[in-house]
Amino acid sequence: MDDDIIIITDLVKKFGDKTALDGLDLRVHRGELFGFLGPNGAGKTTTVRCIATLTNYDSGTIIVDGVDLKKNQTAAKNRMGVIQQQISLDKDLTIRENMISHAMYHLIPKKERDERIKELSDYFDLGEYLDKPVDSLSGGWKKRAAIVCAMLHEPAVLFLDEPTSGLDINARRLLWDVVKSLHAKGTTVFLTTHYIEEAEALCDRVGIINKGKIIALDEPKKLCENVGNVAVEYMDEGKTRYRYFKTDEEAKEFVSNLNNVSNVTIRATNLEDVFVEMTGSSVGSQK
Amino acid sequence: MTFLKEVYAVAWGDMRFLRHNFLSILIMSIMSPILYLVAFGYGLRSGSTDIGVSYVAFVIPGIVALSSLSSAFSSTSTRMNVQRLYYKSFDEMMMCPLSLSAIVVGKCMLGLVRGLVSCGLLYAIGLCLQPEELVLSPLFVLCVVCSCMVFSLLGMSAALLAKSHQSMGTFSSLIILPMTFLCGTFFSVSSLNPIFQAILYCLPLTHASECIRAAALPGAIPEFPWISLVVLLAFGVAFFILNHHLLKTRKV
Ligand SMILES: Nc1ncnc2c1ncn2[C@@H]1O[C@H](COP(=O)(O)OP(=O)(O)OP(=O)(O)O)[C@@H](O)[C@H]1O
Ligand SMILES: [Mg+2]
Repeated sequence: MDDDIIIITDLVKKFGDKTALDGLDLRVHRGELFGFLGPNGAGKTTTVRCIATLTNYDSGTIIVDGVDLKKNQTAAKNRMGVIQQQISLDKDLTIRENMISHAMYHLIPKKERDERIKELSDYFDLGEYLDKPVDSLSGGWKKRAAIVCAMLHEPAVLFLDEPTSGLDINARRLLWDVVKSLHAKGTTVFLTTHYIEEAEALCDRVGIINKGKIIALDEPKKLCENVGNVAVEYMDEGKTRYRYFKTDEEAKEFVSNLNNVSNVTIRATNLEDVFVEMTGSSVGSQK
Repeated sequence: MTFLKEVYAVAWGDMRFLRHNFLSILIMSIMSPILYLVAFGYGLRSGSTDIGVSYVAFVIPGIVALSSLSSAFSSTSTRMNVQRLYYKSFDEMMMCPLSLSAIVVGKCMLGLVRGLVSCGLLYAIGLCLQPEELVLSPLFVLCVVCSCMVFSLLGMSAALLAKSHQSMGTFSSLIILPMTFLCGTFFSVSSLNPIFQAILYCLPLTHASECIRAAALPGAIPEFPWISLVVLLAFGVAFFILNHHLLKTRKV
C-alpha cells in the first residue's frame, strides 16, 4: 500500500471564468492529522468538494487510498467521510432518522447501525435529542449530529471542513478529543480550519492554500523555522508591523535600530505569523 | 439485490417525510383534482361526448392523468430542490457509495407514491360517481403507475436543472401548466386541428391521458392505444437517462 492516502496532482477547477483551484498538488500521508489553512475564498472547501466527489474538476487527478476518483468513485466513497462546512442535515427528518438514512446509504446492517448510532450519540451527548426535529437544535448541536453521521461507516479518511466554527468551547474541546482519538486509532484526518492555534496544536502537518495553490506544506515547527523563529512586533504610524529573524541576536539588533515606534515585542514565531507572511493578509480579510 | 437495497435506502428518508406529513399531503394532493372535477365535470356539464359516454365519465380519467402529473412532478421536484439547494442533504447522499441508477429510481419513489395516492383517491371517488361507465382493471393500474413514474422522473430532471427555486417556478408555468390543460385531459385531442395535434402528441401527458382513459372506459374505447403506452415508457427511459447524465456531470 502507498504511504499517501490522498494524492492530488495538478488539480484545476473553474467556476465559469473564475479559477478556484489552479494546479493544486497535495499529498496527505496515511494516518496523519493534516491541517488545511487558507484565507476566505482560497479554495479549501472546493478542494474538499472535489475529493468528496461533490463536484467535477476540470483537470488533474485525485487518488484516494489507491483509487483514482475518475475511475472508481464508489470504492473511494466508501473510504471517506465528509463533514461539510454548511450543516447538511435533512430538516424534515429527526436527528435519528438522519443518522439512519446515512447508515443505510452505506448499506450498514440494522443491528450494527443501531449500535453505532447509540455509541456515537452517547459520546456526543446527543441521546436526548435523537428524536427531535433537526431545527429544534442549535447550530453547534446540529454540527455534532452531522459529525456522527459522517463517522457511522468508519471511514479511513475523515474530512472536516471548518468543524469548529460556531461551536462553543466545550463542544470544540470535545471535537478535538474526537479528532485525536480517531487519529490515535489510525484514521487519517483532513482538517480545514480558520483557527490557527487549532492547527498548531493538533496537526502533524499543515498545508497553506492561497488563490487555489498550495504555498506551504510542512510540519508547523518547520514552517515557523522557514519564516524565522523569532518575531518582532511593533507599532509604526498606528499599524502593527512584523519582522522575522533566525536568531534572538538579529532580532535584538533590529529592535535597537528602530526609531519612532512603540509597543515593541520580541517573541517566538507562531503559525499565525507564517500564515500572514505567506498569504500577505491576515486571516479572513482576503476576497 | 444490492440495487434494491440502495433504492430502499435512498427512498427511506422520503417515505419518513411522507409519514410525518401524511394528512397535509393527502389534503393537498386531493384538493385540486376535486376542484377540477367539480368545475369541469359538473360546472360545464354538457351531456354526452362523441364516444358515447357522459362528460363526467370522460373527464375523470383525464383528471386522473392530470393529477398523476401534478402530484408526482411537484412532490419529487420540490423535495429534491429543497434537499439540494437548502438543506444540502442531497450532497450528503451523493457522497455515499450508491449507484447513480439507484439514486434516480429511489428519489422518484416519493413522487410515485404520492401520485398513486392522489390518483387512487380520485378514481375511488370517480368509481362511486359513475359506477356503470368507469372500470378498474390491472391495465388501468399499470397505466397510472407508468404515468406517475414518468412524471416523477421529469420532476427530478427539473430539480436537477434548476439553478434556483425561482427557475423551478418558471419551468412549472411554461411546461407543466399548459400540459395540464391541453393534453387531452378535459377534451379529446382529436377534436383539434392537425398541427395542434402533432404538437400535443410530442408531450407525455397526452399519451398518459389517452392510455388512462382507454383503460378506464374499455366499453367506449375498444382499441387500447398500445403505441401511446410505448411512447410514455420511452419518455420515462429518456428522463431516466437524462437524470443519470445530470447526476454524473454535476458541475457545482
Ligand atoms: N458554486 C460556486 N460558483 C461560483 N464560484 C464559486 C462556487 N463555489 C466557490 N466558488 C469560488 O471559488 C473560490 C474558492 O471558494 P471556496 O469555497 O473553496 O473557499 P474557502 O477557502 O473554502 O473559503 P472560506 O474560508 O470562506 O470557507 C471562491 O473565490 C469562490 O468565490
Ligand atoms: Mg470553505
